[in-house]
Amino acid sequence: MRFRTLQQLAALCEAEGKTIADLMLEEQAKESGRSPEKEWSTMASYYGIMKEAVRKGLTEDTTSRSGLTGLDAQRVNTYLGSHEASVGEEACRAMAYALAVSEVNASMGRIIATPTAGSCGIIPGVFVSAQERFGWDDDHLVKGLFCAGAIGYVVANNSFVSGAEGGCQAEVGSAIAMAAGAMTELRGGTPSQAVHAVGLALKNTLGLICDPVGGLVEVPCIVRNGFGAVNALAAADMALAGVRSAIPSDEVVTVMYEVGSAMPEKHRETAKGGLAQTPTGKKIMSELNLRRKKP
Amino acid sequence: MRFKDVFSIIGPAMIGPSSSHTAGAIRLGRVARCLFGSRPEHADITFYGSFADTYQGHGTDLAIVGGLLDYDTDDPRIPTSLDGAEEEGMDVTFRTSRTPAPHPNTARMNLKGGGRELTVTGASIGGGNIEISSINSFDVKFTGMYPTLVLSHEDRPGMIADITAILRIWNMNIGYMDLDRKSRNGEAMTVIEVDSPISGKLAEQIRSIGGMQEVGVVDLREGES
Repeated sequence: MRFRTLQQLAALCEAEGKTIADLMLEEQAKESGRSPEKEWSTMASYYGIMKEAVRKGLTEDTTSRSGLTGLDAQRVNTYLGSHEASVGEEACRAMAYALAVSEVNASMGRIIATPTAGSCGIIPGVFVSAQERFGWDDDHLVKGLFCAGAIGYVVANNSFVSGAEGGCQAEVGSAIAMAAGAMTELRGGTPSQAVHAVGLALKNTLGLICDPVGGLVEVPCIVRNGFGAVNALAAADMALAGVRSAIPSDEVVTVMYEVGSAMPEKHRETAKGGLAQTPTGKKIMSELNLRRKKP
Repeated sequence: MRFKDVFSIIGPAMIGPSSSHTAGAIRLGRVARCLFGSRPEHADITFYGSFADTYQGHGTDLAIVGGLLDYDTDDPRIPTSLDGAEEEGMDVTFRTSRTPAPHPNTARMNLKGGGRELTVTGASIGGGNIEISSINSFDVKFTGMYPTLVLSHEDRPGMIADITAILRIWNMNIGYMDLDRKSRNGEAMTVIEVDSPISGKLAEQIRSIGGMQEVGVVDLREGES
């Protein structure tokens, strides 16, 4: 890849008159040695799996194996049909779709890790709802995935994308930043605006700990995906309106690394702190352990 | 760079619930399976760090066993892999260790069968990506996302030249190399990541080098193995 930072990414795109998505597709084909058409078709098949996960989460039983979660996407979707959502109809729909995909994940269904399974709802939530809203064809969204991937590539290599290494900020935070940047570009923003969206979004999740109840990717992961989709839309709107990240986005990525490295182990996916160790969290964990020991 | 391309960020297609604890664990299992070359009769798996704390909830046990049975990350049989292992006659034990590991999501797999034994240690570094850190006590690093040669051989002058001479004939470009030895003139291991698929014929030629003991080939790329 010819870029290691977001600044380099935006500068390359602007110098060559390309979108982030176009540049990423070219660079990807060079890196893999496969044709751009082959790489495109892999990404297009991934988008198909995302749409299928949204559909499944809205229509099928997504009760998880633990019984802790499931069907919240359908609750929000039903509410949306009969009420005026406080966040507005479109953001509420993105939220419902993000919950749907995360619930499919928790019930051992098929998803695309974006960048991880714990944060797999945010990009499909934003993308699939935007496709319906703006009438985009699939190809436009596949481009969006290449754009999101370019952003994630920089974040992952300069910081981290696993909760065990850097907390929830590294998973949900990175996914929001990727969705925000991609949404900015999909709606006609410049590469530089997309990069500002990344910094704006990431600042809002710095410090978010990974504290899964019972060690499961369920509570609070699923609702954080729902919130994440709404945050991504907000960051894209700010960037498209011309709001800039006063601290350059690459420096925000470095802060995420600093904060994640300083995070205590109990707040990095070990279920030894945070919500996992509340009285209710502990009670749930001991009930799960009891159930597991039964033959 | 720990993450090499766009599909290490968008992807893999996988069965939930956790990319590090499920998809990454499958890939760790598959690397061990590739190196062992066949289905092991016994698999003894030790989890460290966050793996040790939360492996049951995330289905890491189901996933690593799925990998040892050569399932891919989106194989619908993953949730029932323990039944699959029983049907195929693979005996599995799980342990947890409090020994500090270099990475929070680390697993060690000890495989036995047909009079052979293999120990592979690796970590799941996020988004389903993995890093192998040790094979049979040799400290060697690789990701499994490129066609990879894992070679056990005598530690002697000219060994690397002999290996790379064959790669050159096949016009193979090396992207990464790692080498470790137990002692001078003793046993050594070389790991080579290349850019194009490794054929059986190429592996055979490398096997015929004097002092070469074992040739393992790992290639986990989706739809290309």
